[in-house]
Amino acid sequence: MSELLKIDNISVSYGNISALKGVSMSVQEGEIVSLIGANGAGKSTLLKSIVGLEPLKEGSISFRGEVLGQAKGGHYKGVPTNLLVRKGVALVPEGRRVFADLTIEENLDMGAFMVREDSVVQQRKEEMYEFFPILGNRRKQKSRSLSGGEQQMLAVARALMSNPTLLLLDEPGLGLAPLIVQDIFNKLAIINRENKVTIFIVEQNARLALKSSDMGYVMENGRIVLADKAKALLKNAQVRAAYLGE
Amino acid sequence: MLNFFLLIVIYAGIYALMALGQNMITGYVGILSLCQAGFFAVGSYVTAILSVKLGWSFWATIPVAVILSALLGVLIGLPTLRLKGDYLAIATLGFAEILRTIINNWDSLTNGPNGISRIPKAMLFGAPIKSKYAYILLIWFFVLIVWALFERIAKSRMGRALEAVREDEIAASSMGINITKYKVWAFALGASAAGLAGCLQALYISSVMPGTYVFMVSIMALCMVVLGGMGNFAAVILGAFIIQLISYFPQMVGLSNIIPAQARQILFGLILVLMMIYRPQGILGRKERKYKKTKTGEASK
Repeated sequence: MSELLKIDNISVSYGNISALKGVSMSVQEGEIVSLIGANGAGKSTLLKSIVGLEPLKEGSISFRGEVLGQAKGGHYKGVPTNLLVRKGVALVPEGRRVFADLTIEENLDMGAFMVREDSVVQQRKEEMYEFFPILGNRRKQKSRSLSGGEQQMLAVARALMSNPTLLLLDEPGLGLAPLIVQDIFNKLAIINRENKVTIFIVEQNARLALKSSDMGYVMENGRIVLADKAKALLKNAQVRAAYLGE
Repeated sequence: MLNFFLLIVIYAGIYALMALGQNMITGYVGILSLCQAGFFAVGSYVTAILSVKLGWSFWATIPVAVILSALLGVLIGLPTLRLKGDYLAIATLGFAEILRTIINNWDSLTNGPNGISRIPKAMLFGAPIKSKYAYILLIWFFVLIVWALFERIAKSRMGRALEAVREDEIAASSMGINITKYKVWAFALGASAAGLAGCLQALYISSVMPGTYVFMVSIMALCMVVLGGMGNFAAVILGAFIIQLISYFPQMVGLSNIIPAQARQILFGLILVLMMIYRPQGILGRKERKYKKTKTGEASK
């Protein structure tokens, strides 16, 4: 196993408020890694800085040894968000952000925007319809007609259309019933196992996220306070008290 | 009466070109731009200056006008398209006014407020285009070409990207779409359509004056798009017709001395308010993308 994503001592701030303070972490190829933490801990900021939506103040982020973003002498230089797909990084953004006025099929087409061969796109769509039957049955419907959970599935399927090496998910369980979140995590586990997609999840639902992950990181106030095997974190007294409500 | 109707068909055509451009910018990418009047002016003045001062034929001025408008579109697009919503609207409005002020004051090139007159007629097959019918054919020929071209773009990969940008910029960029690039493209296309409209306007009126290219022109182009239906090229052409019909209605029925010219602005405002309340999607609404049936999928299900 090799290191796929390396986050090296990054800091990000919004004006005078620093959101991330020297965060370092790494995602190994083939793993599911989750980052848990409370509201405002800086989880989403971390994900945004990975995809180049937030400039770094310090530190660097690299993917397969290639620098995605770097702050040098106070200047940030990073790969623009739209070029990440070509490198094999796909993002499922927070709040799903499906194209509401487009149909499910069109949403999937958009996910494969960088794929030029129609036959490949067609084949991947079929795979997605098979994997998410609910999408297959309603492919001609506008995605605004889908429920929150179905939209989340669509957002995941759309991201997978680019055939990524690394799939980033920003709070896939946001505003969804625990049963549906469980369902989504099960699907992610299958994707990870069978398609060999490395997955990095940022999530508030600590129990579900850790249960389906290999590694876990806990973030508080812009710092990583715990990093361990997910199974170990589930048993950790601190985590149990703060995030699992025990 | 017939003359009036022909006049409306001519103006509807000129404005339809502008509205098609506005639709590319506002309807497809969702950018609220208010500077079609500026590009319209650029097109008109290019035709006027080149044909009067340098003796170019009308046809040769068209590519220059279209390309210059597109370049100006890129020039204004690159810095301003980072802005959103009303900020962008104000920036583009400002740009149109800057263009008009330049034209108004650059006496050596544009003759300032007096404008340029006696623009020569266009020659076609050795005869000058003079009659209203000939103008209608000429103008609507260009409308059809631009319409077909834009329709084609809207169906292409680029069209999909534009729609994605309109729907959600963050999602679009995480699909690999370069947002700025596509926005600037749409802007340049919209601008060049307005530039072409400007050429035809200059030719038909055979004179140009800065007073023609006021803010109200941009508003009318926007009205046509909103009235017809955003994101639907056929609808904005219909919108152009209706708006022209309304603006010449008082003269047509011989009530121009009872209904003042300013009343039409009140009427436009009223129409927009009513549309927003009762039919926000426009008369025809947004055009749905038609999907071809796929071989593998059960598309008709």
